[in-house]
Amino acid sequence: MTRNTNDLKSPRDSRVAEHVDSLPKSGIRDFFELVNSLDDVISLGIGEPDFVTPWHIREAAIYSLERGHTSYTSNLGLLQLREAVCEYVGGRYAVDYDPKNECIITVGVSEALDLLLRAIINPGDEIIYHEPCYVSYSPCIQMAYGTPVVIPTLESDEFALNPDDLRHAITDRTKAILLNFPCNPTGASMPIEKLREVAQIAEEHDLIVITDEIYSELTYDGEHVSIASLPNMKERVVFLHGFSKAYAMTGFRIAYACGPRDLIDAMMKVHQYSMLCAPTIAQEAAVEALTNGEREMEMMMSSYRDRRNVIVRRLNDMGLSCVKPKGAFYAFANITSTGLSCNDFAIALLKEHNVAVVPGTAFGQCGEGFIRCAYATSLDDIQTAMDKMELFVARNR
Amino acid sequence: MKNEILRLLRRNGRLSFEEIAVQLDIPAETVRTVVSEMEESGVISGYQAVIDDSLLPETKVKAIIEVNIRPQRDGGFDKIALRIAKFSEVDSMYLISGGYDLELEVRGDSLQAIAAFVSGKLATIDGVTSTATRFILKKYKEAGRIFDHDEEYKRLKVTP
Repeated sequence: MTRNTNDLKSPRDSRVAEHVDSLPKSGIRDFFELVNSLDDVISLGIGEPDFVTPWHIREAAIYSLERGHTSYTSNLGLLQLREAVCEYVGGRYAVDYDPKNECIITVGVSEALDLLLRAIINPGDEIIYHEPCYVSYSPCIQMAYGTPVVIPTLESDEFALNPDDLRHAITDRTKAILLNFPCNPTGASMPIEKLREVAQIAEEHDLIVITDEIYSELTYDGEHVSIASLPNMKERVVFLHGFSKAYAMTGFRIAYACGPRDLIDAMMKVHQYSMLCAPTIAQEAAVEALTNGEREMEMMMSSYRDRRNVIVRRLNDMGLSCVKPKGAFYAFANITSTGLSCNDFAIALLKEHNVAVVPGTAFGQCGEGFIRCAYATSLDDIQTAMDKMELFVARNR
Repeated sequence: MKNEILRLLRRNGRLSFEEIAVQLDIPAETVRTVVSEMEESGVISGYQAVIDDSLLPETKVKAIIEVNIRPQRDGGFDKIALRIAKFSEVDSMYLISGGYDLELEVRGDSLQAIAAFVSGKLATIDGVTSTATRFILKKYKEAGRIFDHDEEYKRLKVTP
């Protein structure tokens, strides 16, 4: 466990605000730019679905424009959408929320997380989260004047959060814990016993639980359980979810938060003064997704599962150990047998074979020794990329 | 298991047993057994390519033909329907609810060939009371595949 403090150069000669200036510049940007500068790259580096948004949803968006629905909506979002969201969450995750005051529609889960962190953090409050994780968690905490406290998750735990580590990370400044299961980049889920233990710890220490469940529909083995549905949790959990991954709607930027009324009210204040409301066209498309989207969502889910099985088999066959991810569309492979750092591995693989993967350290220091292979890409590309990686690994052994 | 295998074969009939096995994470031998069973029982009655004829140099002509028939006392629609279905010109054929009885998709080398089939064979069958032939001008979609040749929209090559 480490505390990310502002350990960067003196910001005095900068006209940029200190708390922004001191954010670590994402080292992965250089790598991303290198990838984007090359032609004919086979990319396993794309963190979004390869499906186009199902046509019935796009068609609903077009219809919304045709009818001239181009004005603002309520700050909280269209009531019709909030009702559909609460019905869906009640049915799928077994937690009942009141669409009138326990639900807010946001511009992506990114905005929902930002709103919530700004709404709950007093400067210096500690927010515990687990790494490897999505790139924005730590910066968002810092931009809200909080102190990020990171718990590494381990391959030996199949990248689930170890409740004992959580216990040790808690101080009297701890305000909340941020969970993301199924996890980007590891694809990990939380075994139910561990999830129960985390819930119990949160209750003992009176912590808020922020749960980013954006990948939850993409669960391939067993059933996804939301921590919000565990006993006594609803009053302290804010459930963040959206449409990007399950409905292949990343570009629509549409998501939501469900939670206790005081927290939703506070999020609403920040949202009202910063964003005003989510785009109307995206909200209407989201209503269509919830109303008629199940069939295509299931179809996409099965297709990701097929591809997961292929990529995990290939990675393990070539000697890169890879835990079988239970959800999302990422395989997090251990490359330590090659003796290369994850950065060197990724750069050499890109330069020699035009195959892009993301170095594990993009998702936190404890990602060293791993690469993230996104399998939301065609089976042909996955097979070609694996053929090339197999050659590369054999040569580096 | 059957449904899972069929789901993959519907999308790509050329998948090998081994490829199916890896995608579903089951033994290849199981796939072989299940597919053979389905082939034998007729659940899988064949494999064929989905072809966009419009990209070929010489084009065939296709027509949809609506047919009314008089059901027979011992055999209903089936007996006469099977007589029609046996003609090699008939690609697909359905018994339809509503305004007419049978819908045929018929393929021929030319308009004349199809016209000759309709007037020379189909309409002369005892029990066929009327036909209406509609020639297909353009195919937009078949077997779940859209035939448009627009360039694919490109995602960013790498995103977190």
